[in-house]
Amino acid sequence: MIREQMIPRHFYIAISVLAAAVFGMSLYAWHMRGRAAATPVATADSRPVVAPVAGSTEPVTLFVAYDDLGILHPQAAQIPLPSVRQQRAEELLRALISLYTDKNSPHPLPPGSDIRSVYLVDPGLAVIDVDAAFADGHRSGVLSEELTVASLIQTLSANLPGILRVKILVEGKQRDTLAGHADLSNFFDVSAVTQLTAELQSTQ
Amino acid sequence: MPSTRTKIKSDREEIFEHRLGNGTPSRFISAYAFNHAASIASLIAPSGAALSFAVLLSFAVLLVSAAAPEKHLAVYSTAANYSLPLVQRGGQDYVGLLELLDPLGTVSAKSEPPRWRLHYNNVLGEFTEGKTRARVQGRDADLTGKFIIENGRGLIPLASLNSLLPRFLGGPATLREESNRLFIGNIATHFTAVISADDPSRLTFHFTAPVNPSVASEPGKLRLTFRREPLTGPASPMLTFASKIIPAADYSESDGAAEIDVTTSVPLMASFSPDGRTVTLAPAKSATANSQTATNPPGTNRPAVSAAATPAANGPANTAPAAGQAQSSVSPPPAGMQPVPPASAPRRCFAIIDASHGGNDRGEALSPTLAEKDITVAFARRLRQELESRGLSTLVLRDSDANLSLDDRAYFANTTHAAVYIALHAASNGHGVRIYTSLLPYSTDDDRGLFRSWTEAQSSSIPLSQGASASVATELRKLQVPVRTLTAPLRPLNNVTTAAIAIEVAPPAATVSALTAPDYQQLIAGAVANGIFAIRTQLGAAP
Repeated sequence: MIREQMIPRHFYIAISVLAAAVFGMSLYAWHMRGRAAATPVATADSRPVVAPVAGSTEPVTLFVAYDDLGILHPQAAQIPLPSVRQQRAEELLRALISLYTDKNSPHPLPPGSDIRSVYLVDPGLAVIDVDAAFADGHRSGVLSEELTVASLIQTLSANLPGILRVKILVEGKQRDTLAGHADLSNFFDVSAVTQLTAELQSTQ
Repeated sequence: MPSTRTKIKSDREEIFEHRLGNGTPSRFISAYAFNHAASIASLIAPSGAALSFAVLLSFAVLLVSAAAPEKHLAVYSTAANYSLPLVQRGGQDYVGLLELLDPLGTVSAKSEPPRWRLHYNNVLGEFTEGKTRARVQGRDADLTGKFIIENGRGLIPLASLNSLLPRFLGGPATLREESNRLFIGNIATHFTAVISADDPSRLTFHFTAPVNPSVASEPGKLRLTFRREPLTGPASPMLTFASKIIPAADYSESDGAAEIDVTTSVPLMASFSPDGRTVTLAPAKSATANSQTATNPPGTNRPAVSAAATPAANGPANTAPAAGQAQSSVSPPPAGMQPVPPASAPRRCFAIIDASHGGNDRGEALSPTLAEKDITVAFARRLRQELESRGLSTLVLRDSDANLSLDDRAYFANTTHAAVYIALHAASNGHGVRIYTSLLPYSTDDDRGLFRSWTEAQSSSIPLSQGASASVATELRKLQVPVRTLTAPLRPLNNVTTAAIAIEVAPPAATVSALTAPDYQQLIAGAVANGIFAIRTQLGAAP
């Protein structure tokens, strides 16, 4: 009897309130955890941040590959282009690649695929440097790889006159093939690729 | 890739050895060296000192030129024929085990001195430096000398190959130690020799497989040297004939090559049959007439090869190849003999089928369990069967899971002198068949004189290749197979000197597994064979 009288009544009340608060917060934390798990997290984009191209857009022709038919199709587009020739080349190809990395791409390229640089060297040489993701995750196959190569070269040469030959590098280095088939060890003859593009525009 | 480097290096070393290694060439170098040493010395010192300097310099050059030539091991297998350098350690010949097995299958090695492990396909070999006992698949194997590790390379005594290799390969391997020739599997090429009763006599060699020997002559002899063929000799190496013109022939082997020396009293001409299985030696005059007859019918067989041996009385001399003959890439002849000028090489087969990819290169992953390299081999075997059933001799370049570089594939295609090269690919996207000819790279139009650019070797054969492509496409369309003809930047098409096409087979419907269906493979192989057969005369076969 003496012991019970030594614990004050307000102490019981405080302990009860605190226990109820802990229980309530636990329920809230559990609820928040479930919501966080259900929310999709955006995939990491390893591409370098480039300065946005401002200004008016220009009409260009992109030669877009379609895997279902195995063809290359010229497609008109309006994209903002800088005035410097080399940057124009890079933006052209980035516009093309953005089509291929899109969710509904007709010719899917792996996530993270990008153009590192395009070097224009007189007379008539263009060097396209793609990143490792572009080549490492590229679908293997003669036609698949050929469509990619022809798409890049024809888009570049059709919009930037004067290019006679093209070299494709991966991460700044020469590679034997794109994904086991298309030969990257030599210089591409733009006139031959133009002829190939004509062949690739038909399913016959 | 290490194997490719080794092979290329070996070939270069082989040529160097023959040009600088033995006999007459060394004497020639010595005289040449003395003259030039004296010239150099006269520029830099007074006459007496110049003479001393010249003598010393000549002596140094003599020592270099008299150094023993590097020995090689010639390896013959169904996957590839290649040569490897041998090294001498402790009085024994040693060879690198990794380099030896690399062209034959999937191989990897791990060096953790003193231990050295090697995986060949699914077989594990464990070696210890300085020990004469190894373990292969958990079982002991005795070596004939100590195992050596040098710069991560595992070297085993050459004499151990007979007992060790069957453990790795699961099949027979025969080493001819006296001649440094290694036969893997039952691959040997045999021959018979028949002397005709005609006047003058002709000696005909029949081989069980196509051969491409180099031909050289010296007074009273004609020598056939077989470096790339697994030729084995008759029971008696000395063959004698009842002929005054060609009384004997002698078979011998040395340093990775087989040789047949034919004794003769008159100049001989060697002519090769189009399939490369028969070599006929006849007195020069009649052989020349035959050669001319062979070249007369246009659009039929390519001309037969001919080369001359000179009699002792006339001294060393050679006969020029018949007009219109193509260049040849025969092996360099042994030292001390006169090389025969390039003549048109014998055609070892009509078609070369190249099953693309192989070994570490799986090609496209058509499905989680299906690799492109496996489909191409299956197609290649069916296509060979179809072509040979139409009378067109055919060689499959890769008939096993071997690593073959693109350069090697082109090299084999070019040195075999086939009429057509067909590379096979398989793909999961699209339907039907795509036929490719070479999209040549950018040309700088540099004048290379007689030489051809390796990257544009195909340029003169593009019309023939396009003809073959169109013919095959026509036959496929007859069977309602969707087909496209395209150009492609696809090696080694641009490195091949003859007609060259690549065929990419896609499934007939959405399911990739249809690529493995025997009926579908047979349908495509039959149509391709029909297309090649239809254009055989343009490609250079007998009608």
